[in-house]
Amino acid sequence: MTDEPLRPALTGRRRRGALVLVGVALSLLLGGCQVPDFFGFRGATKQGHDEFLLYVGTFIAALVVGGFVGLLILFAVVRYRRRNEEMPKQFQYHIALELTYTVVPIIIVLILFGFTVITENRVDAVTPKPNLTVDVYAFQWGWEFDYPNHVVVRAETTTDPDPVGPEGLSGPQCSPAAWCLGPGLILPSGETTQINLRSRDVVHGFFVPEFNFSRYAQPGVLNQFDFTVIKPGVFRAQCTQFCGLYHSLMLFHVVAMPPTQFQTWLTAQEPTTSLNTKAAP
Amino acid sequence: MRIEALFLIGVAAFFGLVGLIYWFWGYEQSGTAMLLGTTLLGLLPGTYYFWWSRRMKPRPEDRSDASIEDGAGVIGSFPDSSVWPFVLGMGLFLVVLSIVFGLWLLAPGFALVISAAVGVTVESRRGGTV
Amino acid sequence: MTTLVERPVVHAEHPEHHEGPTGLLKWMTSTDHKVIGMNYIVTSLVMFFFAGIMALVIRTQLTVPSGAVVSNQQFNELFTMHGSLMLYLFAGPFAFGGLANYIVPLQVGAPDMAFPRLNALSYWLYLSGSITMMLGFMVAGGAAAFGWVAYAPLSEATFSPGSGPDLWILALALTGFSAIFTGVNLVTTIFYLRAPGMTMFRMPIFTWNMLVTAILILIAFPVLTAAVVMLFCDRHFGTHIYTVQGGGVPVLYQNLFWFFGHPEVYILALPYFGIATEVIPVFSRKPLFGYKGMAFATMSIAALSTGVWAHHMFTTGTVLLPFFSLLSLLIAVPTGIKFFNWIGTMWRGSIVFGTPMLFSIGFLFAFLMGGLTGVMLASPPIDFVTHDTYFVVAHFHQVLFGSAVFAGFSGLYFWYPKFFGRMYNETLGKLHFWFLFIGFWVTFMPQYELGLKGMPRRVATYPAGLGWQNLNIVSTVGAFIIGFSFVFFLVNLWVSWRKPVPAGDNPWDAHALEWFATSPPVHHNFTKLPPVRSERPVWDFHHPDARTIEHGHNGHGQLVGTGAGPRQD
Ligand code: HEM
Ligand SMILES: [Cu+2]
Ligand SMILES: [Cu+2]
Repeated sequence: MTDEPLRPALTGRRRRGALVLVGVALSLLLGGCQVPDFFGFRGATKQGHDEFLLYVGTFIAALVVGGFVGLLILFAVVRYRRRNEEMPKQFQYHIALELTYTVVPIIIVLILFGFTVITENRVDAVTPKPNLTVDVYAFQWGWEFDYPNHVVVRAETTTDPDPVGPEGLSGPQCSPAAWCLGPGLILPSGETTQINLRSRDVVHGFFVPEFNFSRYAQPGVLNQFDFTVIKPGVFRAQCTQFCGLYHSLMLFHVVAMPPTQFQTWLTAQEPTTSLNTKAAP
Repeated sequence: MRIEALFLIGVAAFFGLVGLIYWFWGYEQSGTAMLLGTTLLGLLPGTYYFWWSRRMKPRPEDRSDASIEDGAGVIGSFPDSSVWPFVLGMGLFLVVLSIVFGLWLLAPGFALVISAAVGVTVESRRGGTV
Repeated sequence: MTTLVERPVVHAEHPEHHEGPTGLLKWMTSTDHKVIGMNYIVTSLVMFFFAGIMALVIRTQLTVPSGAVVSNQQFNELFTMHGSLMLYLFAGPFAFGGLANYIVPLQVGAPDMAFPRLNALSYWLYLSGSITMMLGFMVAGGAAAFGWVAYAPLSEATFSPGSGPDLWILALALTGFSAIFTGVNLVTTIFYLRAPGMTMFRMPIFTWNMLVTAILILIAFPVLTAAVVMLFCDRHFGTHIYTVQGGGVPVLYQNLFWFFGHPEVYILALPYFGIATEVIPVFSRKPLFGYKGMAFATMSIAALSTGVWAHHMFTTGTVLLPFFSLLSLLIAVPTGIKFFNWIGTMWRGSIVFGTPMLFSIGFLFAFLMGGLTGVMLASPPIDFVTHDTYFVVAHFHQVLFGSAVFAGFSGLYFWYPKFFGRMYNETLGKLHFWFLFIGFWVTFMPQYELGLKGMPRRVATYPAGLGWQNLNIVSTVGAFIIGFSFVFFLVNLWVSWRKPVPAGDNPWDAHALEWFATSPPVHHNFTKLPPVRSERPVWDFHHPDARTIEHGHNGHGQLVGTGAGPRQD
C-alpha cells in the first residue's frame, strides 16, 4: 500500500458552492443552530458540526418517510382486517402508482446523495498548511501521539484518569474522571490540527464521539485528516475497531486548550527520541 | 429457456457495466477483478442457454398455455436413498479436522472419500438408466 | 436405488414405494429434499438457540459498567461465536438450506431437487461445518475471538494463535461449499424442473427470491472461501498475503470479505422477504400487488447489493466514497417498492391475523426501522460517527432479527401444517409473537441511542459515568423478554406433538403449488397437479370464479383465473 494519503480534490468554486448549498438548505430546514440534537452530538469541531447538520437533516427525512410508511402499514392492518367472509376484489397491478413509488424514492435518495457528497468533501478536506501536525500511532493496546520537536505522549491501556487537563499543564484537574481515561491528545483550540494516523499492528479505530468522526488506523496505510476544535474542552475517545483482548480498554481523550497555553505545554515537554522511526511496520 | 438465458445475461450486463465504471473511476484492482469474475459467471451459462433457446422448441414450462399433460412422461431419475453423500461428507469432515487434530485423521478421511467416490459411481451406474 | 419419476397427470396413480430404511439409517441415507430440508431446519434452529444463549450472556455482561460475568477473552469469543453462528449457521442455512430445500421443489411442481445426492452432501457438509465451529470452544486457547468478519491482520497467527481460529476458518470452508452446492442445485431445479405452464413469471415470489439468492451465493461464497483459505495460508504456510511485513496488503482482506459480506447480508434477507411475500397475500386473501415489480425489485436489490461492499469500509479512508454511497442509497428504491407492494397487497384486503401474518407484520415494522437507519449509514459522513458503535449493532439486528427471526418464524408457522400435517396452537403462537415483538423493540431501540452517545460495539466493559448504564439495563431486560418468548414456541411444539390437530392439505386457502400436495407431501411430492395459469395455481383451482383484475382494466385485463373444475379432494 502506498503511504500517500487519499485527499479529495476540492476546487475553490466547488467548495463555495457547497457552502452556499448547505447553508441555505440548513437555515431553511433547521433555522440556525437551535435544532434539537436528535440524540447526536452537535460536533465539537467544525467538521463535526457539518456532519451533525447532515445527520439532523437525514434524521428528519427518515422520520418523515418512516412515519408515512409506518402509518400506512398500520392503517392497512387496522382498516382492512377481516370483517366478513366477502371476497375482496382481486386487483393486482396499478402501473401509475407503481411508477410513482419508484420515482419518488429515487428523487429523495439523489437529494440525500447530493448533501452527502457536499458534507463528505468538507469533512474529508485536508489543508496543505495545518497549524499543527500530530502523528498518531495506534497499537495493541494504547495510543501514541508524536508532536513536532520529538515530543511524545504515549500510554498503554490504563483505567486511571490521565492527569493532563484543560486548565493546567498537569495535575489532577482533568474532569470528569470518566472523560479522561487513557493518554491525552493535547491540541490548540480554534486552530486546524492535522492527524497522520497509522497503526503498528492490527486495525484500530480512532473515534472521538463528540467530533462526530472516526477513521481506521491500519497497518501500511496512512490516513490523514484535519479537524478544528471550536472551544477548549475535554473529549473522551476510544478505539472502535475491534483489535483483540483489551479492545474495550483502548481509551484516550482529546484536550483542547487555547493556543498560547498549548505552546507553553509543548515547550515544557521533554523531547523524546520517538519510539518509532516514522515508518510504521 | 429464453427468460432464463436473459436472466443470466442480465447478470453479466449489469456487472460488466458496474465493473467498467468502477475501474475507470477508482482504478482499484481487487474489486474490478471480482466484478469481472461475476460478469463471467453470468455470461458463460447465459450465452450458452441463449444459444440453446434459439435452437429448441419452448419446453412446456416455457409456455404459458401448456397443460400438465403436455409435460407427461419421465422427468428424470431420482435416487430413493443413498448412503454415499453421508460417507463423503464425513470423509471430508475428517480430512478437514486432520489439519487441526493430527494428520493421522487423513487415513480414515481419505478412505471414506474414496469409498464414497466408488460407491456413488457404482450406484448410479446400476440405478440410473436415463 | 433410483426411481424414474413421471410427471403426475391429474388422476394418475402414483406408484407405491417400496419400504426404504427407517430410523437413523433413513435419516443418514435420505436424499429426499423434504427430509434434508427438515434436517437443515432443525440443525439451524439448534444453532439459533446456542447463539441466543450466548447473546443473553453478552447482554448480562453489559448490563452495568465494569461487568464481570465473563472475562475479556470469553466475551470476545462469545460475541464472535454469536455472530458467526447466527449468520453462517442459522440465518443462512435456515432459509436457504431449510425452507428453500423443502418448499422450492414443491412450489415449482418438481419431484425433488435436481441433484438429490449433492443436496444430501450439502447438508452433511453444513453439519460438519457447524460441529467444527463449535469445537472451537473445546480446544486450548478457546474459540475464535476476532469478530464474525475476522479482519486481517488480527486474525493472523501472530495476533490470534491457537487452533480455535483455524477451526473457525475450516468451518467456513465447509459451510461455504455446502452453500455453493445448494445454490447450484436450486438454480438447476428452478430452471429445469418446473411444472408445465409455470413460466418464470409465474413462479411464486418465494421461489424467485431463492433463485436470486442462489445467484448471489454463487457470486459471493467463492470469494469468501478464497479469502479465508488465503488467510489460512498466511497462518500456516508462511505466505504474506495480508501482512505488511511480507509486502502484503491487509486492506485486501476487507475488500474480499465485504465483497462476500454485503451480498451475504442479502443472502440472509432475500429469502425472508420471500416468506413475507408468501404470507401476506394469503392472509389478506388477495394476489400479491405488483407481482412483476416485486420480481424486478428483488433482482435489482441483489444486483445493487453486489456493488456496495465497501460501504463497510467507509472509515478505512481507502475507498471510493461517492461510488459506494450512491449504490448503497439506491438500494432503498427497490426496497421501497417492496414495502409499497406489501402494503398494496393488504390494501382493501380481508386480513386474518393468524400467527404467520402477525410475524410478517412484525417483520415489516422491524425491517422498516432497520432499513431507514441503513439509509443513514449509507451516507459516509454519518457512518463516520456511527461506524462500529452500538448504532450499527441496533441497525443490523433490526434488519437481521427482523428478517431471520420475524419473517423466519412467520414461515415456520406458515408451513408447519405442511411439514407435519398438524396445526400448531394459535394462542401459544400469538403469545410467542407478542413477547418477541415487545422484547425486540425494548432490546434494540436503546442501542441506537447508546451508539449515538459513543458506545463502541464489541466492548467487553465500559466505564461508569458515561450515561450508558440505564440504556444498557433496558436493553438487557429486552433481551431476556426475547429469550422468554421462545418458551412459548417450545411448548407449542410439544403440545402439537402430544395432541395432534390434523391440518389438512391447504388450511390457509393458500396460493402456491406446495398446498396442492398432501401434508406432509409424499415421496416425490405430487400425485396430481392443477393447471398452472397464474402465479397462484392452487387458488385458481379452488376459486374458479375469482379472477385477478389488472387494475385499470376494470376486470377486462389479463384473465388469470382458469376454472379448472371443482375442488377434487
Ligand atoms: C436473541 C436476540 C439477540 C440478542 C439479545 C443479540 C445481542 C447481541 C449482542 C449483545 C451482540 C454484541 C454486540 C457487540 O458487543 O458489539 C451481538 C452481536 C451480533 N449479533 Fe446478535 N443478538 C440477537 C440476535 C441476533 C440475530 C437473530 C442475528 C442474526 C441473524 C444476530 C447477529 C449478530 C451479529 C452478526 C453480531 C456481530 C458479531 C460481531 O460483532 O462480530 N444477532 N448480538
Ligand atoms: Cu484498538
Ligand atoms: Cu453492507
